[in-house]
Amino acid sequence: MFEIFASLGLALDLMANGDSAFVRVVAISLELSLAAAVLGSAIGLPLGALVAIGRFPGRRSLIVSLNALLGLPSVVVGLVVYLMLSRAGPLGTWGLLFTPGAIVIAQTVLVIPIVAALARQVVEDSWNEYAEQLRSLGVGTGRAVRTLLWDTRFSLLTVALAGFGRAASEVGAVMIVGGNIDGVTRVMTTAIALETSKGDLPLALALGIVLILVVLAVNAGAYAIREWSAKHHG
Amino acid sequence: MELNIAMNFRRLAVTWMAAAVAASTILAAKDASAQATFITVASTTSTEQSGLFKQLLPDFRKATGIEARVVALGTGQALDMGRRGDADVVFVHDKVAEEKFVADGFGVKRLEVMYNDFIVVGPKADPAGAKGKDILAGLKKIEASKSPFVSRADKSGTHAAELRYWKAAGIEKPQGAWYRETGSGMGPTLNTASAMNAYALTDRGTWLSFKNRGELVIVVEGDQRLFNQYGVMLVNPAKHAHVKKEAGQKFVDWVVSPAGQAAIAAYKIDGEQLFFPNAKP
Repeated sequence: MFEIFASLGLALDLMANGDSAFVRVVAISLELSLAAAVLGSAIGLPLGALVAIGRFPGRRSLIVSLNALLGLPSVVVGLVVYLMLSRAGPLGTWGLLFTPGAIVIAQTVLVIPIVAALARQVVEDSWNEYAEQLRSLGVGTGRAVRTLLWDTRFSLLTVALAGFGRAASEVGAVMIVGGNIDGVTRVMTTAIALETSKGDLPLALALGIVLILVVLAVNAGAYAIREWSAKHHG
Repeated sequence: MELNIAMNFRRLAVTWMAAAVAASTILAAKDASAQATFITVASTTSTEQSGLFKQLLPDFRKATGIEARVVALGTGQALDMGRRGDADVVFVHDKVAEEKFVADGFGVKRLEVMYNDFIVVGPKADPAGAKGKDILAGLKKIEASKSPFVSRADKSGTHAAELRYWKAAGIEKPQGAWYRETGSGMGPTLNTASAMNAYALTDRGTWLSFKNRGELVIVVEGDQRLFNQYGVMLVNPAKHAHVKKEAGQKFVDWVVSPAGQAAIAAYKIDGEQLFFPNAKP
């Protein structure tokens, strides 16, 4: 119990007088996770909407697969991305392994299923409500996807945030493909893992508290944006 | 109204895509700018977690302008990274495995850099009575008393050394409930040993920088056989054409140079020197 209080104090101290190395770890974490959330949403949102309203063969299996992918062990994703990007792998010539780009790729792969599965649910609910109306207007699938995505944009922001949370909290895959290189691919989660293995549990926990606060701040920001735009463009 | 939605949607989609493209270009550009000046070094958790690289890398960068990016793994994994061509330089501690690496043509030439030593840590009360200078006698006592012992079991240099000591002590393969294999790095293994109040073999550097010791103290130290040699080698450009030959060679040359050796000797935790440079001039 005492350790938890010590960590709280340490977390406050880190945030108040954090050295440049600490700030860099937080910045890299934010930057990469946001990039992965944006990329993952750019792919996952339309994919989810298409699955929600499109009628095509294999749709049911696609839905089941997407939902199953939610449980995808991140270490497996890390391993597959590692083998793809390794110099001995098919994409080895890109030279991306152990760079921030490799982390974004792994995180994006993890973000896509969660965004697609949640977006499918959101869009499908909306589709059930408006399907008749849209059909009577003779709206095609592509047009309907766009209309419903726009219509549910505020709920979808929450979906994108879930994707961000997935990316920011990721440790296994990020460790494997990023290599936890100081100042380059060391993010908050891998820094926590490193401090834990050095036996510095209070510092590890303090970093964990900072990570939670960062994720909280991003969510608060998104919530504020949502409120603001709902009021102005509702 | 329909038109309005379509336009708004297009605007949102365009913004989102632009953000995605911007994110990827920034990342790509960031990496390209550093491309020419960095090398990837596959090394061990003992060198990274002891903090040695924090001392060495800035000095190396000052001397050569090259950024060395260290990926810390067990020796077995680090050599494997070199074998796959994912590292430019390998800096590890398992002489037998390193010599095989070079003999198989994956490394150019193995150079000795420095040494530290292994120690056995264990509960203060020392239930096995293993305390002393003799590593083999200590291990025999631990096995005889079935006192809990935590093994790395991750094909690291430390794990390879541990298995050699057991063998030398006449115990072909330690087994039983007292012998626990964690399959993880030195730090996590020490965390486990600390929680279980068990014995473990560790390198001194990781132990000195390890904070969660609990009841553990050093039980066996000072045996000549506990000597732990580190070697460095460039990954063979003949096997992997993309290896940054010149920058990598500069790193190898620097760590065995008088400047690099002095920087290694200067690294201390609480006044205690961790690594002893012994490169052959």
